[in-house]
Amino acid sequence: MRSRELAFRLATGAFALALAVLVLAIGFELSRQSWLSIQKFGLQFWTTSRWDPVAGEFGALLFIWGTLYSSILALIISTPIALGIAVFISELSPARLRGPLMFLTELLAAIPSIVYGLWGIFVLVPVVRALEVKLGPFSDFPLFSGPPLGVGMLAAALILSVMVIPFSSSVAREVLKTVPQAQREAAYALGATRFEAIRAAMFFARTGIVGSVMLGFGRALGETMAVTMVIGNNPQVSASLFAPQYTMAAVIANEFTEAGDELYLSALVEIGLVLFIITLIVNGLSRGLIWMMGRQSAGRATA
Amino acid sequence: MASSDTGATVTLRHPTVQPRAAQEDKPVKIDVERLSFYYGAKRALEDITVRMKSNLVTAFIGPSGCGKSTFLRTLNRMNDIIPATRVDGTVLIDGSNIYESGVDVVAVRRRVGMVFQKSNPFPKSIFENVAYGLRINRMTTSRSELEGRVEESLQQAALWDEVKDRLHESALAMSGGQQQRLCIARALAVKPDILLMDEPASALDPIATQRIEELIYDLKKTYTIVIVTHNMQQAARVSDYTAFFWLGKLVEYDRTDRIFTAPGEKLTEDYITGRFG
Repeated sequence: MRSRELAFRLATGAFALALAVLVLAIGFELSRQSWLSIQKFGLQFWTTSRWDPVAGEFGALLFIWGTLYSSILALIISTPIALGIAVFISELSPARLRGPLMFLTELLAAIPSIVYGLWGIFVLVPVVRALEVKLGPFSDFPLFSGPPLGVGMLAAALILSVMVIPFSSSVAREVLKTVPQAQREAAYALGATRFEAIRAAMFFARTGIVGSVMLGFGRALGETMAVTMVIGNNPQVSASLFAPQYTMAAVIANEFTEAGDELYLSALVEIGLVLFIITLIVNGLSRGLIWMMGRQSAGRATA
Repeated sequence: MASSDTGATVTLRHPTVQPRAAQEDKPVKIDVERLSFYYGAKRALEDITVRMKSNLVTAFIGPSGCGKSTFLRTLNRMNDIIPATRVDGTVLIDGSNIYESGVDVVAVRRRVGMVFQKSNPFPKSIFENVAYGLRINRMTTSRSELEGRVEESLQQAALWDEVKDRLHESALAMSGGQQQRLCIARALAVKPDILLMDEPASALDPIATQRIEELIYDLKKTYTIVIVTHNMQQAARVSDYTAFFWLGKLVEYDRTDRIFTAPGEKLTEDYITGRFG
């Protein structure tokens, strides 16, 4: 019996260890494959925007910009909607509607990225273009400058928002479910309205809710296919929502098969490394927040 | 059944539940008439009629699941937030029925404060916990008034001296007994007339329990207190009147000294002598 327990512990431990090894191995392999580019450009790779395969000049800044811009914008659009869905399902919805609603949001997560991309091209882009034409008179404003193409930053951010919503709203919903009913009752007993009681519950769950938003952010950073199809793939840094831009994931997907020489290939892999590092940082931060929440509730139990 | 004629005599289904020695000439604060409560189709409380007097402590005792907590929660309409529940009958507080249509539930709950079995402070500072009810009900107009009210409430809950130097530290860092007194202070801050306490000391050690009991004794000068307790010694120590519940029914209601020395019902006697429950 004892030896079986030991074997069980060793096996599960090995699996857990394999996960850590895998992450390290990916980081190592990405660094190895991009070594040529790392040696040639050093830290400059992170801070220059020139992307010229013919001249052999590579800098990732414009892709980093495109990825962060589209993801942050997607976060701004999706967070209120995702939290609204989470609050409705966990706090307000009649019990009968709860199951179907949860199923529908989860279904949204199951749609393949390429299908979102097609929907983006045929439905979303024309709508965005019409909107951009309407906003024409405001083109002096840097956010709305440039020709109304439809494809571009706004279309990418919108499609990302739709893809991120199921993830953040499911996690936020689960987090709200962990809020003790006693917290809501404490608020009600002091004369809180329903809205105020929900606010008290959300305040209790605040770190977990931030964690759910960060999880969505992590997903938005790495999303490739749908974004590639609607962002316009134009290597430029622009503040305009209408401008076609480029993301890290998109450039790797688009140019990997065309990368003729070793330096070009190596630079593309280094973009992968940069994306890997940024994603790790974002996920690390969201883990940290969730850990803080756990510590807080542990303090509650022992206090 | 919204009646305003509280002075009228009511025909009781259980004549024995009337306190036989109502010589305490305090006015009736809470007058419950023929109250039944349903979770879905299941009847959890059956035809409860009871009158609780102003500035006294009434204790509800009975075995687990007898409905005493459910009944307590009907007195500030806390059960309203549980779906698929229903109330029949009337609860008159100072003569007006809190279940009448059009009654503002928020106002009811502000008048009838509640302290829960497990202390449930908000994950905020000590100060903000007490200030919460004042803020959401917009009861103070200036910062100094708010601070004064917070101090007053903490003093009433016998907590001020222990926390006055750390008002802005997290409430979660306090001991269990302090947290429970903080919850009492938080409830008192909105100036209720009635304080409902649902086993307020059941999670506390004997010393913290004693402090809560002393506090209850002090508070009844100002408030009408209804306390649910598992602990019969506690009921005997803190209450003036005791109600014994069994299987959703009010079996007996009388002065505490009588309930514990000469109960009128065999069931009550069996319970308090430990023959069941």
